[in-house]
Amino acid sequence: MDNQETLELKLLSDMLVIRRFEERASQQYQMQKIGGFCHLYIGQEAVVVGAVAATRHDDYLITAYRDHGHALARGTSPNACMAELFGKATGCSKGLGGSMHYFDKENNMVGGHAIVGGHVPLAVGMAFAAQYRGEDRVTLCFFGDGAINQGAFHEALNLASLWKLRVIFICENNQFAMGTRVNRSTGLRELFHRADGYDMTTMQIDGMDVRKVKEDLGKVVEIIRKEPQPYFIEARTYRYRGHSMSDPATYRTKDELEEYKGQDPIEQLRAMLVAEKKLTTEQFEEMDERAKRLANESVKFADESPEPPLEALYDYTFVK
Amino acid sequence: MNGSLNQLQMRTITYRQALNEALDEELARDPNVFLMGEEVAEYNGAYKISQGLWQKYGAKRVIDAPISETGFAGLGIGAAMVGLRPVIEFMTFSFSLVAFDQVVNNAPNMLTMSGGQFNVPVTFRGPNGPAHMLGATHSHATECLFANFPGLKICTPATPRDAKGLLKTAIRDKNPVLVLECELLYASKGEVEPLETDLLIPLGEAEVKREGSDVTIICYAQTVPMALAAAKKLQDEGINAEVLDLRSIKPLDLNAILTSVSKTHRVVIAEQDRPFCGIGSEICYQIQRDIFDELDAPIGRVSQEEVPMPYNERLEAAVLPNEQKIIAAVKEVCG
Repeated sequence: MDNQETLELKLLSDMLVIRRFEERASQQYQMQKIGGFCHLYIGQEAVVVGAVAATRHDDYLITAYRDHGHALARGTSPNACMAELFGKATGCSKGLGGSMHYFDKENNMVGGHAIVGGHVPLAVGMAFAAQYRGEDRVTLCFFGDGAINQGAFHEALNLASLWKLRVIFICENNQFAMGTRVNRSTGLRELFHRADGYDMTTMQIDGMDVRKVKEDLGKVVEIIRKEPQPYFIEARTYRYRGHSMSDPATYRTKDELEEYKGQDPIEQLRAMLVAEKKLTTEQFEEMDERAKRLANESVKFADESPEPPLEALYDYTFVK
Repeated sequence: MNGSLNQLQMRTITYRQALNEALDEELARDPNVFLMGEEVAEYNGAYKISQGLWQKYGAKRVIDAPISETGFAGLGIGAAMVGLRPVIEFMTFSFSLVAFDQVVNNAPNMLTMSGGQFNVPVTFRGPNGPAHMLGATHSHATECLFANFPGLKICTPATPRDAKGLLKTAIRDKNPVLVLECELLYASKGEVEPLETDLLIPLGEAEVKREGSDVTIICYAQTVPMALAAAKKLQDEGINAEVLDLRSIKPLDLNAILTSVSKTHRVVIAEQDRPFCGIGSEICYQIQRDIFDELDAPIGRVSQEEVPMPYNERLEAAVLPNEQKIIAAVKEVCG
């Protein structure tokens, strides 16, 4: 098996881990093991998996509140991710962040951020820091289609363009800001034009095809490592589940959902790899079993993990 | 002030110069420190606090930002999360309200939300509180707003020495710190240690600016010179007032407050913000909770009037705390 093939199998495996993890999370939410909000990424896995595969581990990654996939793709363990949902001390944010606030410093995952658009200036700050130190790190900044109408987003894009910072703004256009379809929120037919006003190179990509995402992002990363500048990418994608757990998603038709499920990123890559004789059905099943096992184990791990100690309540307000 | 200061060759400089020295020294000391804000570089600062720093340190370290408070406040927070030491200037803290989400939601929450992984060593600084005839939108005293968010430290220097020492400490702190300066005090003068002294004043330490025995006037920022002037006049009328400058709102030096009040048994709080949920209301609560029996009179309080700031000079003066109002409040609690 050549290196390319190994990489593609990893893409598939990473997407499966996210999918099975979130299916288990959804189930645990119904069992009231998880509180608050829980926004699932199911359907969108190709975007972050492809993007992460196109970047280096020391590149910064920051995203919004639909962040489980982003941490998992970056290398945060399913155990730490599930424990965070359970509010346990072994969680990736020690049980203090929750579903919307995953952080993993070791893996340069600089957060899940829950105020729509509020993290986009932070991404620019991280890219600024890299430029200030003379590093060629890239910052990947993910957000949804709902963020592009926020002031913070616009101010951040202007700064990145003004100072030629290495940020890739990735708009995961899943076509709904909560229950509002893009055509009811945004005065643009094509969202990537949003960055035209900042003289930024833009690109619209198929966010359901992980190979394409990786390839397209790879080109962008290569360009901006050589010549510092921001890029704006609109990844067309779709979320299968509601906005959060209590959303029956009555704002869209079943047919529309089925149409997108027909382009499922995992199924697409599986079929391609099988057709190209790079993957057997048995291998796929093994891969899927592993993903399910990791998800099951993460539930057990989270269940058995301790709560954060009450005595530590005041330990995280300030650092000494 | 302690006795050893007298041996040093103290210099008389302005509050503006003191802040400038603090920035200059910290920029020189730590290559991770940078200053960003509107007009801080080529224009030398809207209030000339950063005079000469762009020429000295260049555009990499002293950076003009466009009028995008949310953008550059957030940039500072992001840069701080990955290891830099940004000093972000708000041309006035009235403009920080445009970036409120960044200052109160991102800066102070990050350490907790990340389970201790990401601290945010950013300093936000600039003039705060009413100045002179700037009208309602430009006259906000924001300390009481920010004081409600755990995770932020807030200091309010009233003298050149405190301005320099607190700003230097703030820049070195590993947490987000707001340095709330006073436009009306920028030209005021005071004694400051020689340049070779690395002047650091801890956050959370109040200072008795004038010793007294009959009443404690608790004050900070703009109300410190008012309280000192009031104390001088009260002396002539036989009232010996102690003036306690909080210097920091958070952490609050409760010990210094309790010590002084336990000595004088009477209190007037002179604050530059508004009365409802102002800094004074919290201090009143803490005093009565801890040393109720030490109080010989209800706590007096001087704040702004509860109205949006009028432009007209006479009306503006009527809204603001001043020496006469402090004197009247002291006489009432000492009556």
